[in-house]
Amino acid sequence: MSDLSHGHSFFLKDVRLVDPAHGLDERGNLHVEQGRIVSHGSILPPKTGQIPVFDGEGCIVTPGLVDVHAHFREPGFEYKETIETGSRSAVAGGFTSVCVMANTDPVNDHPGVTLDIIRKSQDIGLCRVFPIGAVSIGLKGETLTEMGALTQAGCVGFSDDGYPVKTSRLLRRALEYSAIFKRPIIDHCEDRDLSDGGVMNEGWVATELGLRGIPNASEEVIVARDLEVLKMTNGRLHVAHLSTAGGVRLVREAKKRHLNVTAETCPHYFALTDEAVRCHHADAKMNPPLRSEEDRLAIIEGLRDGTIDMIATDHAPHAPFEKEREFDQAPFGIIGLETALSLGLMLVQEGTLDMGTLLYLMSVRPAKVFGLPRGEICPGGLADLVVFEPDDVIEAGVPEFFSRSRNSPFRGKKLPGQVRMTFVGGRKVFDRREGKS
Amino acid sequence: MNDSLRTSNLLTVNDLSPEEMEGIFRTADSFLDLSSRTVKKVPSLRGKTLVNLFYEPSTRTRTSFEIAAKRLSADVINISTSQSSVVKGESLLDTVLTIEALGADGVVIRHPSSGVPEWISKRVQCHVINAGDGLHEHPTQALLDLYTIQKRKGRLRGLTVAIVGDILHSRVARSNIMAMTRMGISVRLVGPPTLIPKYLGDWKVEVFHDLREGVRDCDVVMTLRLQLERATASFIPSLKEYAKLYGISPGVLTEARPDVLVLHPGPINRGIEIQDEESFRGHSGILDQVHFGVGIRMAVLYLLMAGGSKGE
Repeated sequence: MSDLSHGHSFFLKDVRLVDPAHGLDERGNLHVEQGRIVSHGSILPPKTGQIPVFDGEGCIVTPGLVDVHAHFREPGFEYKETIETGSRSAVAGGFTSVCVMANTDPVNDHPGVTLDIIRKSQDIGLCRVFPIGAVSIGLKGETLTEMGALTQAGCVGFSDDGYPVKTSRLLRRALEYSAIFKRPIIDHCEDRDLSDGGVMNEGWVATELGLRGIPNASEEVIVARDLEVLKMTNGRLHVAHLSTAGGVRLVREAKKRHLNVTAETCPHYFALTDEAVRCHHADAKMNPPLRSEEDRLAIIEGLRDGTIDMIATDHAPHAPFEKEREFDQAPFGIIGLETALSLGLMLVQEGTLDMGTLLYLMSVRPAKVFGLPRGEICPGGLADLVVFEPDDVIEAGVPEFFSRSRNSPFRGKKLPGQVRMTFVGGRKVFDRREGKS
Repeated sequence: MNDSLRTSNLLTVNDLSPEEMEGIFRTADSFLDLSSRTVKKVPSLRGKTLVNLFYEPSTRTRTSFEIAAKRLSADVINISTSQSSVVKGESLLDTVLTIEALGADGVVIRHPSSGVPEWISKRVQCHVINAGDGLHEHPTQALLDLYTIQKRKGRLRGLTVAIVGDILHSRVARSNIMAMTRMGISVRLVGPPTLIPKYLGDWKVEVFHDLREGVRDCDVVMTLRLQLERATASFIPSLKEYAKLYGISPGVLTEARPDVLVLHPGPINRGIEIQDEESFRGHSGILDQVHFGVGIRMAVLYLLMAGGSKGE
């Protein structure tokens, strides 16, 4: 449980303070008392009191990262991940707030499940965990969940993730009804009939490997459906894990029409293409699948022009015995919490995004869209913070990930950027020098 | 013979250079001479154990590998999934590791999932031979098809081959497209758009949806087996319409070169992809394919396994 001995106060010296919400990017120090920022800049450690002083060694300190799309697998699939191992993975990756999807067993379609997840995460006391409730009972696409009770219990949005909201009618009702609670409906946009048992992107690589393809239209058809249904409601739609150029175009046009839509993509969609399936086997298998170079570039453009509001991980742990088997039989999904920042930093290194925009996409914007608490570097700001060195190089997942699973195509890859420390509410929840605890 | 292969597994035809394929054909020539003798065996693989691991039903490929291995004096074990611990829920990898631990020198594997032989080959020491994986490849079939064409036509380079039918779901087509283009054959794909991959990338092929146009002036027509369930999945409206549009009949063959050779990997759906075969029997190479298949598989097993164990 939380360490209260220092009252969640500390002094962090020699850092580069970056907060895109405040246009802040300067060198200095940072003083936190009782989980809140007191002052920052060219300040000296307080003379009174005995608070710890951490040396930032010139690293960046910025509001903690916020992930609106992760799977912690508990309850039901604790052999893949637990709330505890997922939380450790999150703080090691610099995340201070994480939304967890409802496709657990039992499904998070009941306030009892929601409350259990929240209580466990608070007992663990690492990152803040915000459950996403199911749209339909059992994710079956038939009956709406009690969104009122789920919201009261702490759900911050609703999704049948893993599946699309099954029918246009159910989606309409969900968007209309969730508007009472001002919570978004998050849709996994896929026409499963069109996907027809596909296991990777439909393209030349799939032709050559003899694997069944999932066409881009699988995503685009449901994005288009969702946007037209959204138009006749007062609800809010959040498009999960955009992967196609067509999906980006549809969301861009919808935003021009002032529809109440937001969208996320995941680091693998801007870092890799379907070529990765050739060498990474099922560790490059996720849904939606890795797409073509044209799609990858369109995703990056969507991030640059604000069509895509945020970067989420779709952290989806699976055990080795599930992934290390026939490609078409292996489950979809890869872990992402511990590599997301590094993959984002690659875009900064390439000059595609500036540092402020990346951090906005990974912290400020997702927190705002989902109404989550977030760190702010200003007097009185919440001390949810991450300290990282963008110029360090890490070998991802070596010797091992903090996650219980290791299904990542980036495992063993040299990536830029290393999280040194993570603070939640002024409390140090991760310190790289202390290693895996 | 010095026709050795650089690879220790046969997973895809891409593992083989044109020279290596020619080497396999030369080796097959010498082994086929054997089959005309009274004693058909040579001791090349004496003391080696080959396991035929078949996760899909097969008569000709499994039997062909078995006969090939036995003529080389290898000990052959056949495992098909219905009679193995696979039905008890054992994973593929555990099954293969068990077979290797039992002392197999080589595993011939057929599996409904694409990519399995390659994936397995990275996890075991013994030789792995792909006998057909999902929609991906069937390299020994392509080799025996090319060998049959070479035997019947006397050459490969410069010929035109029409591959007719369900290209999308055919591992035989995939292996042949790559092997044929590599050997200087012009390849045409003929079939309805629903059964031809949309993305053809690096394949240097011509696509035809009209059968008569597609086979016009071809030296070889290779027609593929149509899985009968394709109609229920709406790839084609009905078997009847498919037979009418894409069935190989004597009339269609008048469009091809007078000495056209007709191939089929078997088993044939008579009346669907091939009609009235009796009337063009002289053009059929279908039984040659089976006969030459044994020689090709002997050559492959010999060239991969006779030299000692993998890595030596």
